[in-house]
Amino acid sequence: MNMIVNPKERLVLVGNGMAGIRAIEEILARAPGRFAITVFGAEPHGNYNRIMLSPVLSREKKFESIITHDLAWYEEQGIELISGEAVVEIDRINQTVTSAAGTSRGYDVLLLATGSMPFLLPVEGNDLHGVVGFRDLADVEKMLKIAGAKRHAVVIGGGLLGLEAANGLMLNGMDVTVIHLPPTLMERQLDREASELLQRDLTARGLACITGANTAALIGNSQDEVIALRLKDGREFPADLVVMAVGIRPSITLGKHAGLDCNRGILVDDGMRTSDPLIWAVGECIEHRGVCYGLVAPLFDMAKICADRITGVAASNYIPAESPTRLKVTGIDMFSVGAFDGGEGCEDIIMRDSSRGQYRRVVVKENRVVGVLLYGDAADGAWYFDLMKQKTDIAPIRGGLIFGPAFAADGTASGADIGAMADDAEICGCNGVCKGKIVGAIKEFGLSTLDEVRARTKASASCGSCTGQVEKILAYAAGDAYKAGPKIKPMCKCTTHGHDAVRAEIRARKLMSIPAVMRALNWKTTDGCASCRPALNYYLLCEWPGEYQDDFQSRFVNERMHANIQKDGTYSVVPRMWGGVTNAAELRAIADVVERYDIPSVKVTGGQRIDLLGVRKEQLPDVWRDLNDAGMISGAAYAKGLRTVKTCVGSEWCRFGTQDSTSMGIGLEKMTWGSSTPAKVKMAVSGCPRNCAESSIKDFGVIATESGWDLLVGGNGGVKLRETELLAKVATAGEVLEYAAAFMQLYREEARYLERTAHWIERVGVAYVQSRLLPDAAARKNLHDRFLISQKFAQIDPWAERARQGVQAHEFRPLALVE
Amino acid sequence: MTQEIWREIGVIDDIPPLGSRVISVNAGDIAIFRTSDDHVFALDDLCPHKQGKLSQGIVHDRAVTCPLHSWVIGLDDGKALDPDEGCTKTHEIRLEGRRIFLRLTA
Repeated sequence: MNMIVNPKERLVLVGNGMAGIRAIEEILARAPGRFAITVFGAEPHGNYNRIMLSPVLSREKKFESIITHDLAWYEEQGIELISGEAVVEIDRINQTVTSAAGTSRGYDVLLLATGSMPFLLPVEGNDLHGVVGFRDLADVEKMLKIAGAKRHAVVIGGGLLGLEAANGLMLNGMDVTVIHLPPTLMERQLDREASELLQRDLTARGLACITGANTAALIGNSQDEVIALRLKDGREFPADLVVMAVGIRPSITLGKHAGLDCNRGILVDDGMRTSDPLIWAVGECIEHRGVCYGLVAPLFDMAKICADRITGVAASNYIPAESPTRLKVTGIDMFSVGAFDGGEGCEDIIMRDSSRGQYRRVVVKENRVVGVLLYGDAADGAWYFDLMKQKTDIAPIRGGLIFGPAFAADGTASGADIGAMADDAEICGCNGVCKGKIVGAIKEFGLSTLDEVRARTKASASCGSCTGQVEKILAYAAGDAYKAGPKIKPMCKCTTHGHDAVRAEIRARKLMSIPAVMRALNWKTTDGCASCRPALNYYLLCEWPGEYQDDFQSRFVNERMHANIQKDGTYSVVPRMWGGVTNAAELRAIADVVERYDIPSVKVTGGQRIDLLGVRKEQLPDVWRDLNDAGMISGAAYAKGLRTVKTCVGSEWCRFGTQDSTSMGIGLEKMTWGSSTPAKVKMAVSGCPRNCAESSIKDFGVIATESGWDLLVGGNGGVKLRETELLAKVATAGEVLEYAAAFMQLYREEARYLERTAHWIERVGVAYVQSRLLPDAAARKNLHDRFLISQKFAQIDPWAERARQGVQAHEFRPLALVE
Repeated sequence: MTQEIWREIGVIDDIPPLGSRVISVNAGDIAIFRTSDDHVFALDDLCPHKQGKLSQGIVHDRAVTCPLHSWVIGLDDGKALDPDEGCTKTHEIRLEGRRIFLRLTA
């Protein structure tokens, strides 16, 4: 047989950072499976959100929580990750790259995203110990180490990054001085006025800011550790740590060495292609039309363009756009974009309220907004930015412009600001989500919470600075249905997300493990807790049948041991009896087991089963093996899953019986045993309306009638008695099974963990359940099929695995016996 | 006469991460816990509340949640976390490489 296999095109990415990985994601979205992808990264991690290093430094976030792509992600995407190895050579003739460690890969397409390096001031002593940049996790770790042991820190550079570093070190208890060469702080984003307000606020927090200060030298001790910084005017500041944050330089060594055209950065055309047609570049390492970039939004735009080009889906071009900046210092709100400091032909509209620390400046040219600077309250930033991008003629609203959207829209009712906003007004800069997309998603999917909007649209899901805007849009678009923040009940104290949002994220982002969920959703604890872990385990099991590996350590003891723990620490064992029917051989085997293992108590349960009580843990595998030998499997009396199907004797024996309820019950039990569900599920089948099997207090109850079967759902005989509601009347046993499977699957997919069907149906209403199961036969069939697929992986007797195959053997034996 | 001895009881790989195994001694069971970052802790296998077997609970960070009534017991000091009050006896334990040693009264 002659088969010609087309090998996949080889795509190599150099630089495992935000820009490069975003480009890979964009490529995967456009051409899944087309490329064999290799990623080289100099840092020894997966990919993390570099802009969130500031909160890691200030200990407002853990590093784990800013990882955006863990190693499992690379594996799932089939990407080869070579981390901790910097690429040192590109051989453009033979189309290979080689790392410092000698690892070599061939490429058909090469993507460079080598980023940038902190610029190191060329002063004496810049190589001393304790002098660091602020670029990656290693820098943060160095800073935290020194912060834990020493007192004085000096940050050179009072720009965005320098001030975030200074704030973080201050929150770590250090005395921090900021040394800044220009006369005012953040001069690239703030005018003098705003800069003075900022300096005042920072000083009030305990940060010393020295502006107009020119560093002469760093002074070290005999161990080459930095101890002080000296200015050209002779002033000295004690320093156990010096952070250089005076700017970044594109990392172009690799590209330059390979002979690519470079200036300050690696030169790219509008399609992000370098001077070699097989090599592309994105991110901070590039120079496009004379400009280098250091903010995240343009990098993400570049990723889209180069993905369009590499996959050939579109010949799109990168168009530089203004990106607003914000300072990530908790409690200081600012927004700056465009020509905020005026210029030729510009007019200023300014509002100043010094005592409240508020300042606004809108720069207008020919009736168009060309720059905005907000300090103190930056909530209206997006609105101004939109006016600027749309080049809106502001003449009609000029009178109220400076007071923000509420006033500018001519005193119209509240909500006018959102209503007045154009549909393509960008709300979330990190993920490029506009107002129209958010409103559309709210309407289409009936979203009513922030978490749901985040899950659907990604808006406010990265840095979170647009959260206020998104909430306003939600209030505007969802109206009364909108549930404000605190009303969403978080799953537990480990997270702010509710159950439904977590499930939506698991699905949307293809999260495949508990740690992946916790990282992606910024869990506050390392391992979660006894409340969220079992829930996540269930959601993953339900979402990825056959793929997700059940995590036994995240199951409650009864489900881990496959037996019910009793108050004295012994267990109870309940073998399955299909439909409550047994025979002499089974009863004899049970009796033998009771005697052989000296089991103290035997009881018939409410679900028509036999319960053996007081079995010791180490006896469990033997007891199970003996019951297995007699043909009995686990009755799952411990499970959040199908427990029992109770039946009456039905038409076979009963003079009132209208249908064979026993066989129907056995059929249901054969189909549903082994399933996992949000909480336990009990079923019953009664052969006539006298209802001897008590079907009307079960999760799924069936009552035979002359003409067929009544299907009842949402009953509960527990603490709060709840009668079932009628789901449907069907004619055949086949339909009973189909509806039962579809109902089980809907419950599995949509109820929250530990929510019994009774509570779920009280929450969503039986009419909703009917709307999903009755009118559309194809939809019902789909649910039914999904249930059966998941059952393929679920119908494995846990007793047999443990009694015969040694699964989880450690659970049943002590680690050691000590006399 | 009693004396304290360090007794080797196994290797850390015998315990699943975020799991627990039990050591049976004459005085009762001691639960050995392994955290996600491979630290080990030893506590009496008794919840201070209703003597639930802590070894059967769910381990998270530096704590275990009792399977009976969800009390959360700190692994470092054996103390119940707020709002519950109570304390379980801890035992000295140390790792040498992957080998686990428990300090016992002989």
